[in-house]
Amino acid sequence: MKNYLSTIFYIVEKDLLLELKSKEVVVSMLLFSLLVVIVFSFIFEPGAAYKDNLVGGILWMAIIFSGVLGLNKSMLNEITGGNLNALLLAPVDRSAVFFGKVFSNFLFLIMMEIITVPIFMVFYNINIFANSLMSIVVLALGTYGFAVLGTLFSLISVKTKTREIMLPLLLLPLMIPIILAGIQCMNIYILGDDVAESYKWLKLIGAFDVIFTAVIYAIFDYIVEE
Amino acid sequence: MKLSALIDALTFLAVAVALYFAFIYAPVENVMGPVQKIFYFHVASAWISFFAFFVTFVCSFFVLFTNRYIFDDIASGSAEIGIIFCTIVLITGPIWAKPIWGTWWTWDPRLTTTLILWFIYVGYLMLRKFLDEDDKRAKFSAALGIIGFIDVPIVFFSIRWWRTIHPNVMQKGGGGLAPEMLTTLFISLFAFTLLYITMLVKTAVIKHMFRRYEKIASNKGET
Amino acid sequence: MTTAKLIKLDEITKKYGYLEALKKVSFYLDRGEFLSVFGPNGAGKSTLLKVLSSQTRPSSGQIFFDGIKLSDLPNDFRRNFGVISHQPFLYENLSAEANLKFYGKIYGLKEVDKRIDNILNKVELSERKSDYVRNFSRGMLQRLSIARSILHDPEIILLDEPYTGLDQHASYILSNILKEQFEHSKTIIMVTHNLNRGYDLASKIAIMKRGKIVFFDDKVNIPEYEFEDIYLAKVS
Repeated sequence: MKNYLSTIFYIVEKDLLLELKSKEVVVSMLLFSLLVVIVFSFIFEPGAAYKDNLVGGILWMAIIFSGVLGLNKSMLNEITGGNLNALLLAPVDRSAVFFGKVFSNFLFLIMMEIITVPIFMVFYNINIFANSLMSIVVLALGTYGFAVLGTLFSLISVKTKTREIMLPLLLLPLMIPIILAGIQCMNIYILGDDVAESYKWLKLIGAFDVIFTAVIYAIFDYIVEE
Repeated sequence: MKLSALIDALTFLAVAVALYFAFIYAPVENVMGPVQKIFYFHVASAWISFFAFFVTFVCSFFVLFTNRYIFDDIASGSAEIGIIFCTIVLITGPIWAKPIWGTWWTWDPRLTTTLILWFIYVGYLMLRKFLDEDDKRAKFSAALGIIGFIDVPIVFFSIRWWRTIHPNVMQKGGGGLAPEMLTTLFISLFAFTLLYITMLVKTAVIKHMFRRYEKIASNKGET
Repeated sequence: MTTAKLIKLDEITKKYGYLEALKKVSFYLDRGEFLSVFGPNGAGKSTLLKVLSSQTRPSSGQIFFDGIKLSDLPNDFRRNFGVISHQPFLYENLSAEANLKFYGKIYGLKEVDKRIDNILNKVELSERKSDYVRNFSRGMLQRLSIARSILHDPEIILLDEPYTGLDQHASYILSNILKEQFEHSKTIIMVTHNLNRGYDLASKIAIMKRGKIVFFDDKVNIPEYEFEDIYLAKVS
């Protein structure tokens, strides 16, 4: 158990070190998410009353679209040089290698969100924390689910001939429960509705996270075997 | 050889019988009129599209755990057939909806989930198309087959919490259906299931033969 | 008192669908042997290495290490292997030292710094310790890659055509390292196309063709001048 956790830790440590030096993943995600935030604002007339009902969706779209790019980049770094194979040959649990990458990707996504969210709040003149700090919870839970499925499918799609299009093609349909639940929650928090209404959606995301963590933990070794 | 010809004949017969029942035996529905009859094929196709993906799901486990490619052939064959029926659902749904509810698409949970299923199917087939190595193709599409199938009920519940319009035929205990309609429905389901099985067997056999051909071809290539 | 062989393969078959990469391959190797494996493309040599390093599960048959079935051994057993192949297994945007430190941690090594200095010395990259791998020349990359593969001092070294594309300096260093490891009683299995080099370094020789071992003998039984003829005879 301890070895499992330290494997995850070393991989996350290495990824953070790499990212510190190259800054490739977070920066490219960030630029794209901000772009999405800005481009989508052309949907509304400035000052339109109904906008508050829709902006939660825009935030999630910005995160998801830019996240897909970042996940691709992150996995590409692992594959060039064959390092993923080296890790699978190492005397560690193969699923630990996977979850190491999941947590690295999770941290990268969170870093992108930490900057995107305030800028989003400025552009749309909205405070997602005004009515409840639960916005943090839904972002964290949703981002984790995104990281888990995203890491697996970025590994799968990076080996295909059409890697850039394959990841969103595979991931987006699967992510619909999180996207839907995430938007519902965010709308509740933005509009100041009863926070208790969001609990069932949060449970949905939580269940999603647990189910897929467990499933991938069970089958990962078999997926990467040659 | 003989057995498969027999199954083919049975399938042909079953579908013919289903057609008869749907168009002639079953009464015309009062409110919706003749267009309601699409229901028999719509529901049967929906049943098959989910069942086919279930077969893909189960075979995917076997692919991963046993490494035997026959399961890959069945899984991918089932997906190829499943997407056909899924497409039928998505086409018949709007055709039925427009005259009844005045709109092509109703964001009804069952139909919307079928739409998502369609995209997962497409992802599965595209993934296979763009992966060259046999082994990666088998294992990676198995991963998608498993995760995709588990995802579908979650998608359904999330959309259902979000919306509801579809007339819940089954939940009324068939009360909204005349007994002749219920019979016709079951006959359609049976006919389509036979059709699916026939198509699956043929597809899996062809894929399997293709592998054998590849082996022979590769042997010939060596000096 | 068991005198179990270090490595024993018992009728290993590996099938990919209908394609049989390995057909009932059996052999054994004692500790400290250097096995060179020759054969034409598609003979199954790389698959053999993959099966040994547990990258692939055999379709049937058993592998034993010191008498224990590979399938019964825990993940940790993989620390006994060092694999040298075409892939460098290095992160471009990290320094040589950072790369080695990372893999050292993954392998749970003690006194990592000392080991790193030691191994960099062996591959003559000591002065480049803090340089980023992306700035390395091809030859330097190859040498660092070798260093990474044996950093954890594995008992068994598996090499898949390691000399291909290696420059003079790196070839020389690799040969020296292999000779040194052999002297320290490490067990080495090397797949190679280079008949001369493979013959020189080996203590045992195997030739594979179409998934089967068609020749397996101690080098002492094979006169050098005859080897090439034997090889050509076996693979045609």
